[in-house]
Amino acid sequence: MPSLPPIRPEDEAVAEKLRPAGAFDAPSDAHDPVRAGYLLRLGDDALILGQRLSEWCGHAPSVEVDLSLANLSLDLIGQATLFLAEAGDADRLAFKRDVLDFRNCWLVEQPNGDFARTMVRQLLFSTWQHMLYQRLTASSDAAVAGIAAKGVKEVAYHRELAAEWVVRLGDGTDESRARTVDGLDWCWRFVPELFEVDEELAAAVQAGIAADPRSFEEEYRAAVGAVLADATLPLPKDQRAIVGGRRGHHSEHLGHLLAIMQYLPRTYPDAKW
Amino acid sequence: MSDWPLWEVFVRAKGGLAHRHVGSVHAPDAELALRHARDTYTRRQEGVSLWIVRSADIVASDPDQAGELFEPAADKVYRHPTFYEIPDEVKHI
Repeated sequence: MPSLPPIRPEDEAVAEKLRPAGAFDAPSDAHDPVRAGYLLRLGDDALILGQRLSEWCGHAPSVEVDLSLANLSLDLIGQATLFLAEAGDADRLAFKRDVLDFRNCWLVEQPNGDFARTMVRQLLFSTWQHMLYQRLTASSDAAVAGIAAKGVKEVAYHRELAAEWVVRLGDGTDESRARTVDGLDWCWRFVPELFEVDEELAAAVQAGIAADPRSFEEEYRAAVGAVLADATLPLPKDQRAIVGGRRGHHSEHLGHLLAIMQYLPRTYPDAKW
Repeated sequence: MSDWPLWEVFVRAKGGLAHRHVGSVHAPDAELALRHARDTYTRRQEGVSLWIVRSADIVASDPDQAGELFEPAADKVYRHPTFYEIPDEVKHI
């Protein structure tokens, strides 16, 4: 098969000058929609759960737990800041976007409920996020790999802390057990979305930026199952899965969360910290 | 929460230094006490290692006995090694 002659740098330079600049320019790296879309998913998951957890501040069962939850929240908001800054202007993305433009999963936007439900949600999400970040450290995208490498240690702690609490609550008093079962029942239908691979995610996986969550679904179910077994809780029955967050379909709870989170910068756009 | 026991927290600021008492936390058991201590006392890079001990397990001297326990040491200046001539060649003492 005849091969093409190598491209000479001087020819390239000429071609560059001839090319008209305009609307039909190929998207540069900075505007790669697949990459930007994936960064929004990662950033929004962390941002929304961080905001949710911050609602506990001053209301947790004890001052120590208050600090634990605030630490988790701040870790997540830190990760969100990094991911969203890669996707664009982090502040604009966090505070000037409307609910339909958010790409987080349903699990993270769920109301805190009681402490048991908050901890169940944390176990289900942090276990997934930990397994995901572990794989993202090998992302072909240097920024994603770097943020994941920083975040994976934080999330490992979140996962352990949540597991410790779920075991104690599940295997605790009658009341703590009943509340934990209720929390699981509330959260379980949002788990399948974590493993959903739509076209957009498939493209990001194909590009090597994203990790395919299905590659660790079995590991995830085993890990969560082991914690629940420790907590003497039965694995919940599978419910009808609720999906759509990645495409902007959200529960009514997200709008309320955003109303509080975005109120200040939207009302006082020039406010300085 | 009110029935959570109290735990004393000791932090080692960096390798080579001793653990120092920094405060206490409430927690239902040792494992969570360690996590509470981590979240309460090392969130600003204060340490590289933690020790936790149940406050009830600490044997403390009786403040009422402070006089007989500690005051007799006050006038024993000869217990301080300040009367030796240190040769110039001896460093790091």
